[in-house]
Amino acid sequence: MTRETTDEVVLAARNVAKSYGQVHALKGVNFDIHRGQVTTLFGENGAGKSTLMKILSGVIQPTTGQIVLDGQPVAFANANDARDRGISIIHQELSLAPNLSVRDNIFMGREIKGPTGVDFAEEERQVRALMEELEEDIHPLTPVEDLRLGQQQIVEIARALSVDSRILIMDEPTSALSASEVEVLFKVIRDLTAKGVSIVYISHHLEEALTITDHAVVLRDGNMTAYAPRAEIDLDWIVRNMVGENYDLGSPPQTMIGKVALSIRDLSVPDTTGQDLVRGMNLNVREGEIVCIYGLMGAGRTELLETVAGRLSASGGEIVLEGHEISHLSIAERIARGLALVPEDRQRDGLVQTMSVGQNLSLASIGRFTRGMFTSRRDERQLIDDSIRQVTVKTSGGHAAIGSLSGGNQQKVVIGKILATQPRVILLDEPSRGIDIGAKAEVFRLLAEGARQGLAVIYSTSEVSECLSIAHRIIVMHKGRISAEFDSSVSKEKIMAASGESVAA
Amino acid sequence: MSATTTTAPAKGRQMNIGRLLLEGRAFFALIAIIAVFSFLSPNYFTLGNFLIMSSQVAIFGILSVGMLLVILNGGIDLSVGSILALAGVCAGAMMQGIEIDALGVILYPPVWAVVVLTLCVGAAVGAVNGVLVAFFKVPPFVATLGVMYVARGVALLMTNGLTYNNLRGSEELGNTGFNWLGFYRLGGVPISVIVLAVIAIAAGLMLQRSAFGRWLYASGGNERAAELSGVPVKRVKITVYVVSGMLAAVAGLVLASQLTSAGPTAGMTYELTAIAAVVIGGAALTGGRGNVRGTMLGAFVIGFLSAGLVIIGVSSYWQTVFTGAVIVLAVLMNSLQYGGGARKG
Repeated sequence: MTRETTDEVVLAARNVAKSYGQVHALKGVNFDIHRGQVTTLFGENGAGKSTLMKILSGVIQPTTGQIVLDGQPVAFANANDARDRGISIIHQELSLAPNLSVRDNIFMGREIKGPTGVDFAEEERQVRALMEELEEDIHPLTPVEDLRLGQQQIVEIARALSVDSRILIMDEPTSALSASEVEVLFKVIRDLTAKGVSIVYISHHLEEALTITDHAVVLRDGNMTAYAPRAEIDLDWIVRNMVGENYDLGSPPQTMIGKVALSIRDLSVPDTTGQDLVRGMNLNVREGEIVCIYGLMGAGRTELLETVAGRLSASGGEIVLEGHEISHLSIAERIARGLALVPEDRQRDGLVQTMSVGQNLSLASIGRFTRGMFTSRRDERQLIDDSIRQVTVKTSGGHAAIGSLSGGNQQKVVIGKILATQPRVILLDEPSRGIDIGAKAEVFRLLAEGARQGLAVIYSTSEVSECLSIAHRIIVMHKGRISAEFDSSVSKEKIMAASGESVAA
Repeated sequence: MSATTTTAPAKGRQMNIGRLLLEGRAFFALIAIIAVFSFLSPNYFTLGNFLIMSSQVAIFGILSVGMLLVILNGGIDLSVGSILALAGVCAGAMMQGIEIDALGVILYPPVWAVVVLTLCVGAAVGAVNGVLVAFFKVPPFVATLGVMYVARGVALLMTNGLTYNNLRGSEELGNTGFNWLGFYRLGGVPISVIVLAVIAIAAGLMLQRSAFGRWLYASGGNERAAELSGVPVKRVKITVYVVSGMLAAVAGLVLASQLTSAGPTAGMTYELTAIAAVVIGGAALTGGRGNVRGTMLGAFVIGFLSAGLVIIGVSSYWQTVFTGAVIVLAVLMNSLQYGGGARKG
């Protein structure tokens, strides 16, 4: 690969740190972005990658430290300010308006003005040119909601390209792309770098990222653990720096593994278009057993758990709870039988913001303190106090507003709510997302405690180290299927390989 | 309203007073209204006048309780005014006798049967709202807007646009007593006010103390979280629209009885007054926040304000302006009270 390499530094981070109250998301990061080169950020979820990128693109301001652009310290007022200086970003979560056409999305907010309003013809010409460059056959006037997810991502990329930026930040641009689309994207990236554009690249697909990058920055828990050029690194090096040598949350608890509590048989879950997100899933979980489901975003973990909990309906297969087929039951009936879900997004699916801490804790077990027509205040207070003690929520009491709690404590409320239903099987979907290491340890303690008393636990995560420190058994999901199954003695590399995170998949 | 607007929260104790005034704003507004009008007119602050005003408030109050339940659920019910008219007309028609051609007889149901059947009509229309919203995912605004037109139209069709003026019934047919609701008093208190009190207390108990109340607050605050916690969100949704329809029918009966006539154009724009009462009472239109006490205060604020304006001889055009101003002010206060929390979420 011949490339105009240069040592010219266009953008640099100097001791950049960011704190949210007591939470230190980023603790002093130093690295350079060279002109016409690709710099990749590696790190697990919660390592601080997103925070760092938001700082580089002007979305948020660092608490301390400096961003140096072309040798000059700069402070971006907002994302538009950064864009005006030639830095643009492709977000992982698509930020497109689904009702508008591809053309209108690409030029949203910076429409080309003609003598009679917007010059649609010129916009359309430019969109066609962009699509040609990206080798994607998308008509400029197609509404974005009619496109596949991968095509939507292409539109997002095209929008970033249309700005003519000098520095382009790409957050997981390939997560929804097919292999051939990834090839095209990489070709575009090489063309861009040849023109002198610098790329900041983030991906969980480590092998994939290694084929394109020139420099690697590795983050762990808000610290930069390594910074090195491509020639000096390999896959092992990245994984070692990502997960750390001594990073340990303990080991799986000693429990009495009992009889099968939950049995999932040949379960398939379709998406809205009828394509299977989960395909022919088979899984048995025993009493006292903690099973981790590891997989990348979009592997089908959330869909699997939501189907078992009753939010989504399956297209085929059986869900058997302690010998009873439950796939026709409502969510409430499943909770009553001892199966409950701690959802992935606690703000959207877990908490009722308008209710107090106590009312949130008691929400799923109202029946336990209802006597005849009315609820018993005394019994409810008892239940709330017990819950707060059991899951150790740091709060001034049951009457406190739920919004007054930290993220970790909010998550404990969600888990406490589910534990108050006295479940036999508990499903947790990425419960450690966005909570600090201390709260994570608390959550693990709760699960271990539950498992010792015979609770069956299914724990979904995208962090390998979590699997190893809590799970008796590790299931790896890839594209809706189980791609591998391990016991707790497996290596991190093996798990990552099975999830499609490297070429081995 | 001056009480709620003049305080500028500064610090410490004053801050608490500002907070108190903000949270009790509907109550202080009501006190202010009573004080101002008592000062302006000697006829305002009399027991007789309060009872008359209260019996007028009763109609809106009953509608507002139903509206509160729907708004707590995050919905809106624009059809209550039309259901009120339809219920009145149905009751009127039944009082005139139901002709059954096949048997060649005319049935004159007794008043209790008229009341029960009318409530069923209200509940049925409410159920249509509920099913449209819960199962067919029609936005509540649109669903109840449509039902508002249909119910009004049916009421007009039933009477051909005319009004039933004779609701007295007759002794020999055994269906007298319809006027009881609107005219009789128990211990000096109009029956309509007692009906409102009973409904308000029942609704308050249900919201504060029953499992259903908790379900309603939860599904209005976050429907997805409520569903995953085992709350039957669809059933809750349908129930609130059914109750709202039924309460609109109660209001229709009370109004027809007070007027001793039932017309298809009764209750026009009453739904808006009911929404205003709920909003003045501090409920959030986004759902999950509000209570019966506030809504009752809201209904009395509107009722006592417009009655006071009539008594001191202000033109009805100005009444409209004042009512509108009070509503806007109330919503402004709501966003002050809930603004901080909303931004955090």
